[in-house]
Amino acid sequence: MQEIINRAKELLADGTVARVLGWRIGDLPYNPEPSYFETAEDLEKNFVYDGFCGANLSKYMIEGSKLEGKTLVFLKPCDTYSFNQLIKENRVDREKAYIIGVGCKGKLDVEKIKAQGIKGILSISGAEIEGDAETLTVNTLYGDKTVAYKDAMLERCHVCKGKEHMIFDEEIGESKDTKDADRFAEVEKIEAMKPEEKFAYFQKELSKCIRCNACRNVCPACSCRKCVFDSTKFDSAQKANADSFEEKMFHIIRAFHVAGRCTDCGECSRVCPQGIPLHLFNRKFIKDIDEFYGDYQAGADAESKGPLTSFTFGDVEPGVTGGRR
Amino acid sequence: MSITANEEFRPKIVAFCCNWCSYAGADLAGSSRLTYPADVKIIRVPCSCRVNPMFILRAFEKGADGVIMCGCHPGDCHYSTGNYYARRRMALLFSMLDYIGVEHGRTRVEWVSAAEGVKFSQTMNEFVAKITSLGKNVRLEDLRCRK
Amino acid sequence: MFKIAKRNLPELLRAIAAEQELYLPVNISGQTNFAVWTEGTEADLDTLKTVKSPKDMFFPQSETLYTVKKENKKLSIQPEALREQRFVAFGMKACDIQGIKVLDKVFLAEPIDTFYAARREHGTIVALACHEPEETCFCKVFGVDCAEPDADVVMWAVGEMLYWKPVTEKGKALTESVSGVLEAADEADEKAVSDEQDNIRAIVEKLPYTNLSLEGWDGNATDAKFNSPVWEKLFKPCLACGTCTFVCPTCQCYDIKDYDTGHGVQRYRCWDSCMYSDFTMMAHGNNRTSQMQRFRQRFMHKLVYFPANNDGMYSCVGCGRCVDKCPSSLNIVKVIKAFEKEAVDQ
Repeated sequence: MQEIINRAKELLADGTVARVLGWRIGDLPYNPEPSYFETAEDLEKNFVYDGFCGANLSKYMIEGSKLEGKTLVFLKPCDTYSFNQLIKENRVDREKAYIIGVGCKGKLDVEKIKAQGIKGILSISGAEIEGDAETLTVNTLYGDKTVAYKDAMLERCHVCKGKEHMIFDEEIGESKDTKDADRFAEVEKIEAMKPEEKFAYFQKELSKCIRCNACRNVCPACSCRKCVFDSTKFDSAQKANADSFEEKMFHIIRAFHVAGRCTDCGECSRVCPQGIPLHLFNRKFIKDIDEFYGDYQAGADAESKGPLTSFTFGDVEPGVTGGRR
Repeated sequence: MSITANEEFRPKIVAFCCNWCSYAGADLAGSSRLTYPADVKIIRVPCSCRVNPMFILRAFEKGADGVIMCGCHPGDCHYSTGNYYARRRMALLFSMLDYIGVEHGRTRVEWVSAAEGVKFSQTMNEFVAKITSLGKNVRLEDLRCRK
Repeated sequence: MFKIAKRNLPELLRAIAAEQELYLPVNISGQTNFAVWTEGTEADLDTLKTVKSPKDMFFPQSETLYTVKKENKKLSIQPEALREQRFVAFGMKACDIQGIKVLDKVFLAEPIDTFYAARREHGTIVALACHEPEETCFCKVFGVDCAEPDADVVMWAVGEMLYWKPVTEKGKALTESVSGVLEAADEADEKAVSDEQDNIRAIVEKLPYTNLSLEGWDGNATDAKFNSPVWEKLFKPCLACGTCTFVCPTCQCYDIKDYDTGHGVQRYRCWDSCMYSDFTMMAHGNNRTSQMQRFRQRFMHKLVYFPANNDGMYSCVGCGRCVDKCPSSLNIVKVIKAFEKEAVDQ
């Protein structure tokens, strides 16, 4: 981490960048927040990069691009996909960003730690970016507990896209291979269900939705200035959560609007206060796109045409696709 | 609206038809005195590409039991390429609906030209029969819209 | 005081539900929230905090106000009936009950909100003392004692036992109706409860946020706080979602909307969030045009405007849900601390 801080201070000092976009140390062991730093002193005192820095800073670069001068931004390998995608959509300015690709050894989810019955967390060791801790030691009001690092990892890290940064000016730190699951396994499990089982599954998950819009607002692909669900001019700004239809509508359309652009960064599932596995919607579209139109990874580059803004004459027919099972 | 054994189920079907082909195809079916059930309500769109996924969901919300989209044959789009984009969108959307448990048969895409009155009437007859066999849509309707 | 063994809890729940509707914390696909009890529902009394606060039971996230029906050319308006059935809110925590008191200030003041008032009148609150407070809790800062909630009935969970103490008339009536499954407590039980209370209070003293200072936050601080440059920095990570508002036990803002059913109109109200860009949208537009202003509004309301209008009562209760759930790890504690730091720096 010191290496990152030192480099940021250098770039600030020599005027390459006007500010640094990173993570500010939290007041609990697990709650750093995305933040700007403008002085060396602030960086030295308050900058942090550890296992809990899951937030994808690409999203913040939409606003960052509007600021005067260059912004130094730290991106994890998976965040760089989002950044590329935003360049493609002209939502960020490449010239306004100085990207340092930082290493990642899997990001942690405090909810997963708490789900193991651990409460009253006072400190956590093993989450530092240095070292290869296999276990986290959690000091709580109710005694010391340990959790395997893997068991506390975010879902997205189990299906990690890889250690490479897709776009960067320089790289600092090593990444670790954390992939230990098949990205589409959960989707396939649902596809194999009977219609009534599928319906029951999603009904149960979506009935938890409180329409807080966290999934939408955190999404780097959801970059519209005015969301259709906030529009007062269209009959879609329904805030009611009472009826099951509204929630299905919201989540299907949310995922559809980012289909072909979603890099599967997993931020939606990370932030959902109700623990809804929202990535299952996005991944279904990704899987279908791969199957129907050939493998495509959004954000792997900043130039290629997306699958929903292109076509071939021989595309598969909608009637055929759904009936393929 | 509850369905009792002696009450015949009449499905509500929404058909989005492209102005340049299938809408004219429906006209031709009419002037050729070909029949198809009155359960099909046609909504004319300027191109199949105009059909926003929200239209499909809204139709189900307001009580449709099946939704069909008809456009020009691939290659024949009045605007050259609209139906190619529509094809991709609907392929993904219908697959998603299937994924959340809305039976696949409730959605359909058919390419019908202005000369295909027979195909239009056949398609609608088939689709109505299919939806009748699937019964009422209860998985994607808004309960507030029930009478 | 009375008691019942924890293993007999289903009997108690059944006895309550036999007479009235019963809401209690239930775990549904991994998340615990208040839900209605039916035979076979398993209570989750171990999870300290439900994701959504229980304000839902008194102020639902969405509720219909009236329905307009159209028949031929005639319109008829049917107001939604007020709640007339009694119900029990089982297992609420001290902070959540303080949250209800905040809502009372808003909805039971003139003009009285009849929907809310009907629910308050028909609801009996059975509270559960917080067995193991968590690091995000800071109710003590707002003068809440989580070892002795202020409710109709108070329960303590100690070991294998659940102790039950009726407090108010409503609580006594409920106790009467379920007396068949309760046993009278003896002196040893009183001792067990007071030990539990001592334990809880000892833990509360050790919580990281317990000594948070509210100095400088009161009804008179409007100008000083409103014009502070701190907001400009603080709001930056805010994503403008409504998570904090929707999990909060005291946020009371709502929107009123019409839903077109195709054969009529349902006018309903639903929770709204001051974090949203269309919040309090008027014909001329919006009076808060930037996210900084919206962000500032939420905290100014909780810590300055509300106490200014309600004899110093804050509209934060220290439940810590926003601390738990904010996607950007931003929360009211960080806001308070940032101002504290600014004061020191000056």
